[in-house]
Amino acid sequence: MNKIVSSLKEAVKLSGLKDGMRISFHHHLRNGDYVINMVMDEIADLGLKDITVNASSVFDTHAPLVKHIKNKVVTGLEVNYMGAVVGREISSGIMDKPVNFRSHGGRPSDIETGKTPIDVAFIAAPTSDCMGNCSGKYGKSACGSLGYAFADAMYADKVVVITDNLVDYPLSDFSISETYVDYVVCVDKIGDPSGIVSGTTKITKDPVGLMMASYATKVIQHSGLLKDGFSFQTGAGGASLAAAKYLKDLMLKENIKGSFGMGGITGYLVDMLEAGCFKALMDVQCFDLKAVQSLRDNPAHREVTASHYASPTTKSAIVDSLDVVILGATQIDTNFNVNVHTDSNGYIMGGSGGHSDTAAGAKLTMIVAPLTRARLSIVVDKVLCVSTPGNTVDVLVTQRGIAVNPLRQDLKTRLEEANLPVVDIHELKNIAEKITGVPKNVVMGDKVVGNVIYRDGTIIDTIKNTLK
Amino acid sequence: MKINRSASAGTLESSDIYVMVEPNEDGIELELESIVYNQFGEEIEKTVREVLSDMDIQNIKIQLKDRGAVECAIRARVETALRRAEGADD
Amino acid sequence: MRRSMLFMPGNNAGMLLNADTLGADSIIFDLEDAVSPAEKDSARILVRNAMKYLNYGNCEIIIRINSIDTNFWKADLDEIIPLRPHMIMPPKVCSHKDIEVVEDYIKKVEKKHGIDNPVSIIALIETALGVENAYEIAASSDRVKAIFLGAEDLTADLRCKRTKKGDEIFYSRGRIVTAARAAGVDAYDTPFTDVEDEEGLKKDAEFAKSLGFTGKAAISPRHVMAINEVFSPTVEEIEYSKEVMDIIRIAKEQGKGAISLRGKMIDAPIVERARQTLEAAKALGGVL
Repeated sequence: MNKIVSSLKEAVKLSGLKDGMRISFHHHLRNGDYVINMVMDEIADLGLKDITVNASSVFDTHAPLVKHIKNKVVTGLEVNYMGAVVGREISSGIMDKPVNFRSHGGRPSDIETGKTPIDVAFIAAPTSDCMGNCSGKYGKSACGSLGYAFADAMYADKVVVITDNLVDYPLSDFSISETYVDYVVCVDKIGDPSGIVSGTTKITKDPVGLMMASYATKVIQHSGLLKDGFSFQTGAGGASLAAAKYLKDLMLKENIKGSFGMGGITGYLVDMLEAGCFKALMDVQCFDLKAVQSLRDNPAHREVTASHYASPTTKSAIVDSLDVVILGATQIDTNFNVNVHTDSNGYIMGGSGGHSDTAAGAKLTMIVAPLTRARLSIVVDKVLCVSTPGNTVDVLVTQRGIAVNPLRQDLKTRLEEANLPVVDIHELKNIAEKITGVPKNVVMGDKVVGNVIYRDGTIIDTIKNTLK
Repeated sequence: MKINRSASAGTLESSDIYVMVEPNEDGIELELESIVYNQFGEEIEKTVREVLSDMDIQNIKIQLKDRGAVECAIRARVETALRRAEGADD
Repeated sequence: MRRSMLFMPGNNAGMLLNADTLGADSIIFDLEDAVSPAEKDSARILVRNAMKYLNYGNCEIIIRINSIDTNFWKADLDEIIPLRPHMIMPPKVCSHKDIEVVEDYIKKVEKKHGIDNPVSIIALIETALGVENAYEIAASSDRVKAIFLGAEDLTADLRCKRTKKGDEIFYSRGRIVTAARAAGVDAYDTPFTDVEDEEGLKKDAEFAKSLGFTGKAAISPRHVMAINEVFSPTVEEIEYSKEVMDIIRIAKEQGKGAISLRGKMIDAPIVERARQTLEAAKALGGVL
């Protein structure tokens, strides 16, 4: 038996891909990914049309997708996140069908339950053997965890592994097993390492960001959750990383032994693991080289699937055991609904990722964001897009005060007793508008360019086209 | 006050505004580009015209590149450009 | 309560916006070293507008003007005094005469604008002559409420190397504190310039506190928290001060003369210190 195929074009042909079918990609190579563009070029070259692309995320490097959309090679898009470059085009209304946005947990759930079947999955694998046992831990394009790719590999009709580091059989430390793989293609490069993971992700130097991180840490400290067994997730934003560092110092000082750190893993979470703040890291994605190395070397650092991370339809997911998550926002309204899909002008520039999943699961969901960015308030009457519903968001931390969701009186009392600057969210909006002035509402068009599908399957909001 | 020569003030950094002014024969010619045009375009123009009126300027060509400056920064940068154009600081 | 004074560049629109959120007790809007000569006009107009339109809440506003040997300082005062900052910081003050020059012009501007509440002065001492004249500067006017040691310019003037350990400014620090206390004003210590070195900053601030400084300036917002912590009364200090005040009250009630606490005689300076500590604790509103 031979799964090795001589070229990508050959693999696409062998996969039986036809007009109108659905293909999938994962985004661990992030903004360094070459695979989506390579595959789409071959598909266009073969004259295929009307393809639906289900990619866990689309980054700026995937700008060539726009051309394939305009040429009707691609007529459907399903993503969890979309960068600003493709987002801007989608917002201007270039597609007939709206883009379906899901969460990192909702996507594998819909694949596994058959709501979004995949005909051919293309797996970018930094290392693979000839039978398709593959891993992200090794090779020149190492990206660490392949967590988002598991559902694709396990449920697609055909699975094509694309690698730039073909090793002798068997790759014993595989992530995705050969039992799912139909074809293996070896190419020169699957990505640009500098865009895949950065050497280091760094703590912010912005003083306002540090101030917010310090407040965020104090909120955790006084939430009642910071005790032995504590679990924590934070993103890779500068203020979030600063919070992780402050939290580490606090946990060591108070000798608190947490249970696990989760999420997109950075060197700062690795430091916390190594310092004994956590027993384990649960890793669906690595953000920097230190995380990749730790995943390779430290058995307490576990690769997990996107389903295990956050699926709402598995028997349990890690988010269900999460104590605290720190998240960002482009806008938050006075009902605590959060927008992470569009910017303040309504242009698509992001997506849920794990935002709404972790918010739903965590005991304490904290949004950390500066009260004003340029001349715009982060707090608004109504967000342009509801990405994460307000009833799953507990607290907003800004440099000018901390607003607690009225549903969490208990938390409010705790923070007030700790002398933290607790402010009503309406008051925060007033403070912001005293600085910025009162903005005019942004007027959107009538065409739906995006559906935001919440993790329970309901469409919680739609994104309309922007007007020039 | 009279605009005697072209001048500029401010920067293109976030939360600032870059202002260029030059003499104009006939009235106020205002050109505004802003990252918050949808939300504050009219407001910014109003602020700029207020400063022009406060400084008694009837003829000017003024171009503004706004990076989300708040009102007081807009006032400051416009005033600085105007004073420089008048030559008061030399 | 002024523990930390944070320098902010006067011509940075973005930074002025959030100056009051960085935890500093006082903000120093800098029109001097942080502003290039070509932007002096721009900075003073920006700072004036920021003071007029933004609300800096409980933050004390100090303006560092340009020194009196430049062409800028009068225009600085013309623009700023009408906005009633809490304090004016003249740099490179060498003698009481320098204070007189600044004060005379301040008076003119205040008179012109009908301001009857005189602005205070914090004198920045950063020359050898200034250090030697520290007492006469501190005592030169009722407006002078504090003196502040600037070690970067001073070490250049002394022709020595500025080090982290700071042995080269040991004498100057002592002289500044002594002069300030003798004149009944506050003393502020020079900023610690290595932004990354938090441990070094803490040591430096603790040492300044041990010499008697009231507080310390910062050139980086990242230093503010640690400075506040060092210059806030500790829980132990507050508890001890409460005990001192309690025992004094009881002694008075019982008509006792000499009293002791924890085996130590309580004299007037100890009582005064306890009173100051409790006042500071109260000013901080229990947030230490």
